[in-house]
Amino acid sequence: MSRLVTQDLIIDVPGRQGGTPLNLTIEPGQSWGVLGPNGAGKTTLLHTLAGLKPPRSGHVKLADKPLAQQRRRQIARELGMVFQDRQDGFPATVLETALIGRHPYLSPWQMEGADDYARAERALERLDVAHLRDRLVNTLSGGERQRVAIATVLTQAPAIWLADEPTNHLDLHHQSAVMGLMAEQAAGGQAVVMCLHDLNLAARWCDHILLLYPSGEVCWGTRDNMLVPSALEDLYRQKLAVVEVDGAPVFVPVKG
Amino acid sequence: MYRQLSLPLLLLVVLALAAFSTALMVGSASLSISDVWAVVQGDGDGLARTMVMELRLPRALSAFAVGGLLAVAGALMQVLLRNPLADPYVLGLSGGASIGALGAMLAGFGGVLMSGSAFAGALFSTFLVFGLAHGRGGWTPSRLLLTGVVVAAGWGAVITLMLAMSPAERLPGMLYWLMGDLSYARTPWPPLILLITICLVLVPLGRSLNVLARGPQQAAALGVDVRPLEWGIYVVASILTAAAVTTAGSIGFVGLVIPHMLRLLLGNDQRLILPACALAGGTLLVLADTLARTIIAPEQLPVGVITALLGVPTFLFLLYRSR
Repeated sequence: MSRLVTQDLIIDVPGRQGGTPLNLTIEPGQSWGVLGPNGAGKTTLLHTLAGLKPPRSGHVKLADKPLAQQRRRQIARELGMVFQDRQDGFPATVLETALIGRHPYLSPWQMEGADDYARAERALERLDVAHLRDRLVNTLSGGERQRVAIATVLTQAPAIWLADEPTNHLDLHHQSAVMGLMAEQAAGGQAVVMCLHDLNLAARWCDHILLLYPSGEVCWGTRDNMLVPSALEDLYRQKLAVVEVDGAPVFVPVKG
Repeated sequence: MYRQLSLPLLLLVVLALAAFSTALMVGSASLSISDVWAVVQGDGDGLARTMVMELRLPRALSAFAVGGLLAVAGALMQVLLRNPLADPYVLGLSGGASIGALGAMLAGFGGVLMSGSAFAGALFSTFLVFGLAHGRGGWTPSRLLLTGVVVAAGWGAVITLMLAMSPAERLPGMLYWLMGDLSYARTPWPPLILLITICLVLVPLGRSLNVLARGPQQAAALGVDVRPLEWGIYVVASILTAAAVTTAGSIGFVGLVIPHMLRLLLGNDQRLILPACALAGGTLLVLADTLARTIIAPEQLPVGVITALLGVPTFLFLLYRSR
C-alpha cells in the first residue's frame, strides 16, 4: 500500500505570504479530516496533494517518488479525487460516468469489459444510485450527482482517497452512509483525506485531523489531540458548546 | 461494447454508399444505377465512363472528405472548448483562409497557389489566436473562445474591405469561395487520406477525450495528460479545418450541426461520435453538393447555401424534439 508524504510543503494560495511547512505522512488505513474556515485553502491543499496544482514550495511524494515526476496515469491508479464541483457540458449517463473511473486501467485500444461494468454497477449500488443508471447526470439532483461522483472514485478503487467535501448536498442519511463508506475504505487499508465543514462528522468518523488557518498556519495530529474546543473556536472564530452524544463529542455554535 | 459501436457506424456506411450512388447517378445527364454499376465494374460506354470516373466520382469523394473533415474538426473543437456551440471556424480559421484565398484571387493567382495561400492563411490565424489567447498566463477555454471570436470579427472586416475594393468581374468567384464551393476541388485524395488517417489516430484517444469532456481537472485526476492532449486536439482540428477550407472554401454548418445531431441521437461517447461524424458529415456534403449542382442546372449553387438550408431546420427539429 502506498503512503502519501509531504516534505516542507507550502500550498500556493493567492495573496497569502508564508505559512507552516507541512510535513505529513498519510499512512494506509488512516482517515484524515481537513478543517478550516472558508478560503483557508482546503481545496487548494487537496488539489496540491493530488498533484493537480503545483505547490509554492516543497514536495508531495507518492510511494517515495515525487508526484511531479510520475505519470498521471500511474498516479490515477493510486490516488482518486472527489471534486467539489463538476462540469457536464456534454451530459453522459450515470453508468457511463461511473465507468470513466476505469480509465487509468484500460489501454487506449481496450474497451470496457464485463469486469469494468461489474465494478461500476457495484459502486452505483453501494452509493444507492443504481436505479438511476440510465439517467443523464445533468437531470439529477445535487445530492444524487454527488453520490455518482463518489461512485466514480469507488469504481476507480484508489489506494488513497482525496475527497473535497464528500457530504456536500447530501441528506442526513446519505451523509452518514458516505462517511461510513469512507471509514470502511480506511478499515480496508486505504487512506482517506477529506475536507469537511461539519466538525461533528469529522469528530465521529476521522482518526486524524488537520486544522488549516486562514493565515496559512497548520496543525495536525490525532483526533483527540486536535479537537480541543478552544483551538476550534480560534479556527472558526466562533464560540462553541460541546456535548457528548453516543461516545463522540458534538460541537454546537452558540451566540456570543 | 464493440457491437454497440458498430451498428450505428454500419448504418452510416450504408447511408454514405446510398449518397454516393445518388451523386453518381444524378446530374446534367442522368444515369441509371445499372449504368453506374457497369462503370464501377470497368465496363460501360465511354461517355458514362468519363462522366462517372472523371467528373462525378472525384467531386463526390472531395465532398465526402471535406464534410467528414469539418464534422470531425467541429466535434474536436467542442470537446476542446467544452462548449457545444463551438465549430471548426470558431477560432477565426476560416477568416484567415479566406483572406489568403481572396488575396490570391485578387492577385490573379489560381489553382495550387490559391490553395496554398488559403492553407497558409488558416494556419497563420490558428497560431495568431493561440498565441494571443495564451498571453502571459495559460489559456482557458473561455479565453481561447473570446480571442477566436474577436479575431474572426477582425478577419470579417478585412474580407468586406477586400470585396469592396475588388474589380466587379472577380466578385462572383470570390463570393462563391466564401460560401463554400466544391468546383474548386481538384484531386480528392489529400483530404480523403487525411480524414482516414485522423480517424484511425483518434479512435484510441476516444476514451481520453470522453474524460476530457468532464473538465481538465477531472481528466487529470483520472490519468489523462491534459496539456499535451489539448494541444494535440487544437493542432489536429486546425489542420483538418485548414485542409477542408483549402479544398472547398468555407462551408458552414456541417461542423456545428453534424456533431450535435449525432450527440442527440447516439449519446456522447467520442469513440463512436468521431468516426460517425466523419461518415455523416461526408454523407451530408455529398448530398448537398449533388443538390447544389442539379437544382438550377446547368448553373451551380455554392454548396454552403445548401448545407445551411438543410442543416438549420434539421438541427432545430432535433433540438425541439430532445429533452
